[in-house]
Amino acid sequence: MKINKKFDYFVILEKITPLIAVIFALLVGAIVIMLIGEDPVFVYKTLFSNAIGNRDGWGNVLFRATPLIFTGLTVAFAFRCGLFNIGGEGQMYIGTFLATWVGFTFTNLPAFILIPLCILTAAAGGALWAAVPGILKAKTGVHEVIVTIMMNWIAASLTFFLVLKFKAPPTEAMIEAGVKQMIPHTSEIAQAARLPRLYSIFKFLNIDFPAYNQVNVSFFIAIGVAILAYYILWKTNLGYEIRAVGYSPLAAEYGGISVAKNIILAMVISGAFAGLVGTNEIMGFKYRWRQELFTGLGFNGIAVALLGKNHPLGVVLAAILFGILNYGGAIVNIYTAGRIPRELIMVLQAVIVIFVVISDEVVKRLIRQRRKIL
Amino acid sequence: MKKNLLGVVVLAIILSLCLSSTVFAAEALKVGLVFDIGGKGDKSFNDSASRGLAWAAADFTIKRIELEPGVMADREVNLRTLAGIGYDLIIGVGFLFTDAIVTVADEFPDTKFAIVDGFIPDKPNVVSLLFPEPHGSFLVGIIAGMKAQEDGKDTIGFIGGMDIPLIHGFEAGYIAGVGYVYPECKILSAYAGDTPMAFADPVKGKELALSQYDNGAWVIYHASGLTGAGVFEAAKERKRYVIGVDSNQNFMGFIEETGENFGLTSMLKQVDVAVYLAIKAAVEGTFKGGIEVYGLDRYVTIEGVTYSGVGYAIDKYNEDLVSAEMIAKVDEAKTKILSGEIVVPTEVTK
Repeated sequence: MKINKKFDYFVILEKITPLIAVIFALLVGAIVIMLIGEDPVFVYKTLFSNAIGNRDGWGNVLFRATPLIFTGLTVAFAFRCGLFNIGGEGQMYIGTFLATWVGFTFTNLPAFILIPLCILTAAAGGALWAAVPGILKAKTGVHEVIVTIMMNWIAASLTFFLVLKFKAPPTEAMIEAGVKQMIPHTSEIAQAARLPRLYSIFKFLNIDFPAYNQVNVSFFIAIGVAILAYYILWKTNLGYEIRAVGYSPLAAEYGGISVAKNIILAMVISGAFAGLVGTNEIMGFKYRWRQELFTGLGFNGIAVALLGKNHPLGVVLAAILFGILNYGGAIVNIYTAGRIPRELIMVLQAVIVIFVVISDEVVKRLIRQRRKIL
Repeated sequence: MKKNLLGVVVLAIILSLCLSSTVFAAEALKVGLVFDIGGKGDKSFNDSASRGLAWAAADFTIKRIELEPGVMADREVNLRTLAGIGYDLIIGVGFLFTDAIVTVADEFPDTKFAIVDGFIPDKPNVVSLLFPEPHGSFLVGIIAGMKAQEDGKDTIGFIGGMDIPLIHGFEAGYIAGVGYVYPECKILSAYAGDTPMAFADPVKGKELALSQYDNGAWVIYHASGLTGAGVFEAAKERKRYVIGVDSNQNFMGFIEETGENFGLTSMLKQVDVAVYLAIKAAVEGTFKGGIEVYGLDRYVTIEGVTYSGVGYAIDKYNEDLVSAEMIAKVDEAKTKILSGEIVVPTEVTK
C-alpha cells in the first residue's frame, strides 16, 4: 500500500488503534467498577502494581502470556493466508496430549533427546490436526471455520478417550481408602522431559526470584516461535506466497502460486504453533495431562491475534497485556474480598476487542474519505 | 507498529507506578473459601459451601473471604495469596484443587487447608472432606422409583455432568435405590460431556432432559452442577418430575403462575455441614489433617434444623409430592445402610 506522505497522521492512527482500544476499555472498565461501587483508581493500582510491580508478578504474567503467544500466533499466521483458524483449541489438545504421551512413555531417554522429542511431537500433533481442515479447504473448498470448530470437539472427546486408556494407576493410599481418580489423568512425564522453571536460571544468576513461580523456559520457546513466524512470513518465499494467497487467492494463482499448497502449509504451521502450548502447560507446569487443563486458551488466541493486528510482535505484546489483566484480575479479586469479580477482566478483554474492531473501521473510513478529498 | 504496541506496555507501567498496600485486620480466625467451576450462584455445590461459611460466621468470630478462580493456574495463585496474607484456614471447593493444595500446603506448613471432594490423605495441614454420595443418591432413588410406580410409569432418567467416576457413583446409588423399590423400572442415563464445562452447560442439560422426558422418563435425577438448571427448565416445560442435587433445589421446579411443583426432592450433599465442621474444628483447635467422611451419621444443628452429611430434602415445595410411605421406606433404607445391611454400589454395572 503506497501512501502519500501527507497521510502519515492517519497511517500512525491506523497503527495505534490497539492502544486506543486499550485506553477506551480501561475507561469503560472504570465505569463498570464505579457501578459496582468500588474505586477504579484503587482497583487499577492493585491490578497493575501486583502484575508488573514485582518479579513474582512478572513471572505470573509471562506464564499466562506464554500459551496465548502460541495460540495468538496460530490465529495470526493462518490469517495471513486468509484463513480463519479457530481450531487452536483442538490442535492444542492433540499436540499437548501426544507430547505428554511421549513424556511418560519413553522415560529412559536422556533429557537432551526427550525434551526436543516432546516439543517436536507437540508441534507435529497440532500440525496434523490442522492439516485436516487445510486439506479439506484446499481440495474441496469446505470452509475452515466449520471444520476447525467441529474438530475442536472431536479433539476434546478423543483426548478424553485416550486419557482413560492411559490413566495413571491409583496410589496405595487411594486403594486403601477406596477412592477413585475424580477427573482421570495420566501419569506424570519423566523428569528428563520437564522444562526448567525460570527460577532455576535466576538462581544460577544469583537473582532473587520466588521458587514457586510457574514461569518456565517455554516462554523463550514462545518468543522463538514468534520470531520464526515473522521470519517465515516476511523473509522467505513461502511466507511471500502465503501472504499473496491471503491478499488475493485469484491474483496469486494467476501469478503462478499454488493456492492449495499454501493453504495446507499455512494451516499446518499454524496448527504446529497451537500444539506447542503443551510445552508450557505440560512440560513446564502440570507434568501430566488432565482434561481440565485448558480453559479456552485456543479461543483467547483469536482475541490476542486481533489485538496484535496479526503481527508476531503485536501478538507477543497483546498476550502479555492479557497476561497482566488475567493475573492482576485474580489478585484484585482477592484484595477486594471478591467484590470485584474476575468477570471484570473478561469485560475488559471483550471491550478491548470490540474497540479494536471499531477503531480499525473508523480509521479506515477516515483514510478513505481523506483520499477522496485530495 | 512497534512504537504503538510498546505504548500499551508503557501505559501499563505508568499505571503501576503507584504501589498499593492493603491492610487486613488481625485477631479473628481468617477463613478463605475458593470456589469450583460454576462459581457462586450455582444453587448447588458452591452455594452450599458458601452457606457453611455463613453458618460458621454466625456462630464463631471469623473473618471470611470468598473467591472464584478463573483458569486453573489461578487456583494456585489464589491459595498462595490467601496464605501469604495470613489466612488461617483455606478451603478449596472441589477436587480440581487437589494439585494446587498439595503444592501450596507444603509452602505454608502453618496454614490449614481443607479440600471438598478431593483426596489428600498424607498432609498434616490438609483435611479432605468426602461424602458418600451414592448413599444419598440411593435415598432419592427410592423416592423416584416409588413415585413412578405410584403413577403407573415405567421409566426414569439420570443426567450427569462430566462423565467421570465421581458422578458414576451418583448414578450407581440412584439406580440401586430405584431397583430397591421398583426393580422392573427402565432407566435412561446420559452425561453432558467430557470436559469440566459439562458442569456449567444448562443448554445441554435441557436438551438431554427433554429427550429423556420424550422417551418416557417420569422422574429425572441430575448430578450436573449448573447444567441442572436446564433439566429443571425441561421438567417445567414437560410437566414431569426432577430431582435436584447437592443443595435443596426443590424450589427450582416450582411454577409460580400455576402453583404446580415438579421438584420431587433433592439429594443433599451437605457441603455446608462439612465446611462448617471443618471451620469449627479450626476455631476450637481440634483441626487435624487426613480424611473426613460426612455421611448419614454426621450432623449439624443450625437454628433448630438438623442437617446430615448426605440426605434428601423435604420442604414446603415438595411435602405434597413425597408420601409418608416413601419417607418410611427411605428411613428404613437409611438404617439398613448405616448397619451395613444394604451395601450401596459405587460403580454402574452395565
